Amino acid sequence: MDTRRNDGATGADEDVSRLITFAGVTKRYADGTVAVDHLDLEIPAGKITVLVGPSGCGKTTTLRMINRMVEATEGTVTVDGRNVRDVDPPTLRRGIGYVIQQAGLFPHRTILDNIATVPFLLGRDKKQARAEARALMDRVGLDPAFAGRYPAQLSGGQQQRVGVARALAADPPILLMDEPFSAVDPIVRASLQDEFLRLQSELEKTIVFVTHDIDEAVKLGHRIAVFQVGGRLAQFTAPDDLLAAPASDFVRDFLGGERGIRRLRFTQELDAERDAEREAERAGER
Amino acid sequence: MTAFGTGGEPLLRWSYVRDNYDGVIWEALKEHLVLSFTPVLLGLAIALPLGLACARWRRLYPPVLAATSVLYAIPAIGLFVVFVAFTGLTYTTVVVPLALYTLSVLVPSVVDGLRSVPEHVRQSAVAMGFGPLRRLVQVELPIALPVLMGGLRVATVANISLVSVGALIGIGGLGQLMVTGMKWPGGAYPTPIVVAIVLIVVLALLADLLLLLLQRFLMPWERVRRSRRPAEVTR
Amino acid sequence: MNALWNALGWFGGAGRWSGSDGIPNRIAEHLWYSLLAFAITVAIALPLGLLLGHLRRGRPAAVSGFLVLSSANAARALPTLGLLILVVVVSTAGDIVPILVPLVLLAVPPVLVNTYAGVQQVEAGLRDAAEGMGMRGRQVLFQVELPVALPLILLGLRTALIQIVSTATIAAYVGLGGLGRYIVDGYSRQDYDSMAGGAILVIVLAVLTQAAFAALHRFAVSPGVRRRAASD
Repeated sequence: MDTRRNDGATGADEDVSRLITFAGVTKRYADGTVAVDHLDLEIPAGKITVLVGPSGCGKTTTLRMINRMVEATEGTVTVDGRNVRDVDPPTLRRGIGYVIQQAGLFPHRTILDNIATVPFLLGRDKKQARAEARALMDRVGLDPAFAGRYPAQLSGGQQQRVGVARALAADPPILLMDEPFSAVDPIVRASLQDEFLRLQSELEKTIVFVTHDIDEAVKLGHRIAVFQVGGRLAQFTAPDDLLAAPASDFVRDFLGGERGIRRLRFTQELDAERDAEREAERAGER
Repeated sequence: MTAFGTGGEPLLRWSYVRDNYDGVIWEALKEHLVLSFTPVLLGLAIALPLGLACARWRRLYPPVLAATSVLYAIPAIGLFVVFVAFTGLTYTTVVVPLALYTLSVLVPSVVDGLRSVPEHVRQSAVAMGFGPLRRLVQVELPIALPVLMGGLRVATVANISLVSVGALIGIGGLGQLMVTGMKWPGGAYPTPIVVAIVLIVVLALLADLLLLLLQRFLMPWERVRRSRRPAEVTR
Repeated sequence: MNALWNALGWFGGAGRWSGSDGIPNRIAEHLWYSLLAFAITVAIALPLGLLLGHLRRGRPAAVSGFLVLSSANAARALPTLGLLILVVVVSTAGDIVPILVPLVLLAVPPVLVNTYAGVQQVEAGLRDAAEGMGMRGRQVLFQVELPVALPLILLGLRTALIQIVSTATIAAYVGLGGLGRYIVDGYSRQDYDSMAGGAILVIVLAVLTQAAFAALHRFAVSPGVRRRAASD
């Protein structure tokens, strides 16, 4: 856990260091599409920062540039003061927890070994890693009886808990979460969000959280970054501030409009759009 | 092992084709068509009801699947020889084992195809008042068709090339030409062998193409849907 | 039916269990040719399929994927007997090498296609998670893609070995040893008992091969993957 909380940080209103920074970052794909456009963003340490916006706004791309799943075309991303370009990607990623929408659990490994994936990669002692994984299961509210089961035997909500435990296993200071609770039903989602907040109050990780759901953003975020299509940051502020003073018509529409639209749409549709966005990013990346 | 020197003999002498196309070659081709398509029709006629039964009564499927996969493993020549004991040296001796082979490919295709019908589609058909038979014919079978046609194409192509193995017991369609070339008086003669191989491959590709066209004709909606089909996999 | 029962007497015939034409030697020959061809097939097709499936993105991967699938369809259309005869008639090389070529040629496609398709079809989310947690390319392939694709890969290997065992039988016609000898020599001597004996042995061998793969599947595939396939 990173505990550097020096006072002289750059923020005007925050007393914490900036663990992750974006400076003039642009992501442009081979076909000319701009996913992220000249982004400047400083993410406070030990807090939850939510990236929110409509599909195709570049929020997932932004998240994935932090652990170099996507490479920035221009500009600099730093983690803990180091330019990520200077770090070997696998090494960088082993130090950053990563949670994705469908949990991405390995179907051939037991729950316990799924959670211990990163410690195993780091070459830690297997027995010790499994013992720690067991302790983590308890921490994220998983029945210890699940340890020897396989992902296919768990419900969606349980799988997502395993996903969170797996990201925490090597105790990384940073957690990247890409729509981690979008694939589960609203009731399960609400309880996952509550437990996630409880867990975060104990762990105080630096968390970057992507969602398309403004309600989720407001509920979880210490800071909210609203993105608009074309990969531009529309507003970056605290939730109260965002609701009280939207910086532009776009933000106002998104705050209001998204609520109305969301009720009409099927979640599946949103998921499909998001997958399409992902796929496009992926295609452009390689 | 005998040594077969080719002694500069070309792979294909057109004179052989010119002299024999309406005789030996035509007869062999006709026999080949009968021997390869009869088992496909026979296999299909049995596989459809059997597959439907397996999809309907799920308990039936595991033993049937086990039986078909064992059947699939048995070399065609082995079955041919065994069937000689029952049906002698007749077409039936080749047709029945190949029909069994077709069956072993098609039954899983029928079942997988019917299982690919989404539950919500089935439910909405029930809700709209389709009876079991109408639902099967008008809703489930059309949706199962791509998988079924995939199996049919595999079985047809495999049958066309397998028939030639029958030549080892004297009933092989174009396979007979291969044996003729091998046993040519005065040394092996590549031309009949090459003719047989080429005709079999062309026949197989044509049959595959025809089935593909049939599939497109039967399922115009598949042409518009841009969904990626999973890569075809050997079972 | 009677003919088949009579053939069982063939198994007790004089010299049937010893010498170069005895059953043990013929089985050993059959296994040797089959396993040799299988080993060569696996050495060629498995690494190639893993690699092509792993590098599934971009134009070269798409092109190679198309070629792999076409090769499998083409191989199914090729008549094995014709290929064997042609190779032996045309070749001037030694005894076994020309026969191994078609054996391997026909067995490569099922291994290649199933390995390629199996690895290529691993969900994007799994790969994403693996890379996101810091696995290197090789670790993604061997710790995630391979175990998840294993059922399909084993199916391809099984198809290939069965194909080889069956083709090796036919290869007796062009002079190869093994169980096919009983069928081919029996036919030329008009000795049905020998043919039926050979056919029964070949069928038993094929069924045992199938059973061996079923056992391998049980042993090598993670219960988590098996369960997932069952619930699909």
